[in-house]
Amino acid sequence: MAKLTVNGVVREFEAEGDTPLLWVLREQLGLTGTKYGCGIAACGACTVHIDGVPTRSCVRPVSSIGASEKITTIEGLSPDGTHPVQKAWVALDVPQCGYCQSGQVMAAAALLRSNPKPSDADIDAAMSNICRCGTYNRIRAAIHAVARGDMKAARLSIQHADGSTT
Amino acid sequence: MSSSSIAQIRRRGFLQASAATGLVVGFHIPFAPEAAAQAVAAPEVNAWVVVRPDDTVVIRIARSEMGQGTLTGLAQLVAEELEANWAKVTWEYPSPGQNLARKRVWGDFFTAGSQGVRRSQEYVRKGGAQARMMLVQAAANEWKVPVAECRAANGMVTHGPSGRSLAYGHLAPAAGKLEVPADVVLKDPKDWKIAGKRLARLDTPDKVNGRQVYGIDVKLPGMLNAAIRDCPVFGGKLKSFNEAAIRSRPGVKKVVRVGDSAVAVVADTWWRAKTALDALPIEWDNGPNANASSAGVAAMLKAGLDAPEAAVGNQNGDVKAAFASAARVVEAVYSYPHQNHATMEPQNATVLWKPDRCEAWTPTQNGESALAALSEAAGVPLAQCEIHKLHLGGGFGRRAAQHDWLIQAVAIAREMPGTPVKLIWSREEDMLHGRFHPVTQCKLRAALDAQGNVTALHMRISGQSILAAVFPQNVQNGKDPVVFQGLNPPGPEASIGYSFPNLLVDHAMRNPPVPPGFWRGVNLNQNAIYLESFIDEIAAATKQDPLALRRKLMAGHPRHLAVLNAVAERAGWGRPAPDVNGMKVYRGLAQTMGFGSYVAACAEVSVTPDGELKIHRIVAATDCGHAVNPQQIEAQVEGSFAYGLSGALFGECTLKDGRMEQTNFDTYPVVHMRHMPKVETIVMPSGGFWGGVGEPTIAVAAPAVLNAIHAATGRRVRELPLKNQSLKRA
Repeated sequence: MAKLTVNGVVREFEAEGDTPLLWVLREQLGLTGTKYGCGIAACGACTVHIDGVPTRSCVRPVSSIGASEKITTIEGLSPDGTHPVQKAWVALDVPQCGYCQSGQVMAAAALLRSNPKPSDADIDAAMSNICRCGTYNRIRAAIHAVARGDMKAARLSIQHADGSTT
Repeated sequence: MSSSSIAQIRRRGFLQASAATGLVVGFHIPFAPEAAAQAVAAPEVNAWVVVRPDDTVVIRIARSEMGQGTLTGLAQLVAEELEANWAKVTWEYPSPGQNLARKRVWGDFFTAGSQGVRRSQEYVRKGGAQARMMLVQAAANEWKVPVAECRAANGMVTHGPSGRSLAYGHLAPAAGKLEVPADVVLKDPKDWKIAGKRLARLDTPDKVNGRQVYGIDVKLPGMLNAAIRDCPVFGGKLKSFNEAAIRSRPGVKKVVRVGDSAVAVVADTWWRAKTALDALPIEWDNGPNANASSAGVAAMLKAGLDAPEAAVGNQNGDVKAAFASAARVVEAVYSYPHQNHATMEPQNATVLWKPDRCEAWTPTQNGESALAALSEAAGVPLAQCEIHKLHLGGGFGRRAAQHDWLIQAVAIAREMPGTPVKLIWSREEDMLHGRFHPVTQCKLRAALDAQGNVTALHMRISGQSILAAVFPQNVQNGKDPVVFQGLNPPGPEASIGYSFPNLLVDHAMRNPPVPPGFWRGVNLNQNAIYLESFIDEIAAATKQDPLALRRKLMAGHPRHLAVLNAVAERAGWGRPAPDVNGMKVYRGLAQTMGFGSYVAACAEVSVTPDGELKIHRIVAATDCGHAVNPQQIEAQVEGSFAYGLSGALFGECTLKDGRMEQTNFDTYPVVHMRHMPKVETIVMPSGGFWGGVGEPTIAVAAPAVLNAIHAATGRRVRELPLKNQSLKRA
């Protein structure tokens, strides 16, 4: 049995060593929030954090990850969906189909951790994940909203069921 | 009455458990006795509305949600008429099998052509209104007062004279037993309180925490996984494969011939199935198209540009005579390539086949046609089949008309009776076996008089027909009416926005050996590029301002003109655009009408002397008649630019040796964050009709940019994508 530390828990699994982390997460560990999009690290749907570093899990052999390295998936980003990036994504209704958004959220969370006030150019450079629905402008607005701590700055005037407007 | 699998899973917290602990949990399979028992606890008021004892209002959504926001929009329309408390509204998908069993009480499940809202708005609003009337009647009955003294608001019925009130959750069981009222008056949209508002989507939270289950995430007890390879050459066949070479690989359960052209490996995990398939020696019979190429296709289409036979889509006057007496003729030839939908979620389906029952879990834009495909492929009667719908990881038309992946999955599952099998296409399989945007060319000719007035326009389209491949029964006398989107005579659908004294739009059908499909925006995409670019070419040839020329030609088309004027005004047409980083910025316009709506765009671009293009800003306007959720319309407009600009900048699938050359996002690039312009959207519903919003704007993305590039460089690009064109100044 091999071991990985995922979302704070040591998990045991059986897989060939060259199996990409993505498929161990999805098929052995049941964490399907991380998505398969391309298998060649081109789209970013499979982005997770390894010791805080955004990593495209579809090309990362599981044998290359030590049990002491801390893997965080979308399911473990926050216990209850309250990471600032997740809150901003909800506030600005970022997702459309949503399929790429686990990767987008993980990429944005990593960006903001290393660069709490990213410029547009910083966002362009760090956010290379593909979204075919085209949510890019709301993603950009949500990242800026987190940086500024102001969900209303994007002026989208979205009315939420709890009566708030963002 | 059972509920959808997803709604039940959400209620039961299965996925929460899964996410929190990482445990692999099985999906609950609907139609089990406990599901039925649960449904009894919350009876429906009518087919559209269920109210639970805790006052939660469950609105049934028949159309598929693939990101376009239809789910929320339809719920808003039902809730509006229902006088629901929006904070208590949730939703569920009825299943195609349930729809069949109940004589299609939910109508059409087809979710394409930007019609999710516009083609169901009337009956879903009626359903909400009827439910409200029944709830009010139930309250009046309980109080034994005249119904006229009772009114509904915010999920409650109140008796005016006494001030008593009852909540919907209390009233629902009695209301559901009442007769359905026949006479229903729908609200005037000006009185809307829930519809028409910038409400947050109902489906967002689960999409940011990994809980949203897509088809690719489905897990059933005992499920196996399959990977497939179909002959990469269109029309080719599977000759043979050497199963022995992979049979002993870990996890491999079976190697299955699928139809006459594909082979699948079934294993315990998909990764093991996929890697075993990669190692499987396969021999193909490449068949009759083994030498087909994009150059060959282009030559075939080019011949159609001057062919004597063509189906007429729109005409008035006498084009031939007008050209004979023209002082001058302007002519240009354009082309538009094959493209793949490239949904982020690759095609997939999970199928459980038994001789007397077959069920499938799959992302589909048309649950009912998926059910029909399932039944036929399974050899099991329709009534013993079921499709479990899940949110789609993108649709864009790929999952609308054909269910080729589902048919494959059934063929595999039939080899393993009683064992659920999930088939997932690799991205490479998805790229090679798309249902591609049709390829066309267009020759445009304008006849001008001595003063430079346009006296005639002839648009000859040559190329591929989607209907000929997908719905051949709708092609009559060689005419595919969908080919003429955006070029139709005046009317409510895809009408041309210009009047010419003499006009001929015709199509010479030329079908290459590449399977076509409905690609978001469909034929409006290239038709708008052809016409809107050529209008600018006429303007340039006659030294007129492109907006001024359009205004002249569009005088008889006030709705087309209104959106164009709106973007011109907002963008500041007529005044120079401010420089960006020292670069001069140039503008281009485009307008069209399709999917029931009027749209226009003004693009602002700069091009460096080295030819580097930057799209800075796009101003867009949409008149969709009624705007059910303006913030979601804005999201669709923005997304349409990402999709349309992906096509304009990068999108092409090229044919070589009978197969597509592009196999993944490395060879099929799409728009990223860094390419995306600012988008300012003007939502300007003028009332009196219902138009769609998911697609029409895609069509103006490319021509607005191409016209701006011409303004910037003097270079007229007539062949897409732009990545193949040098914009370098000579």
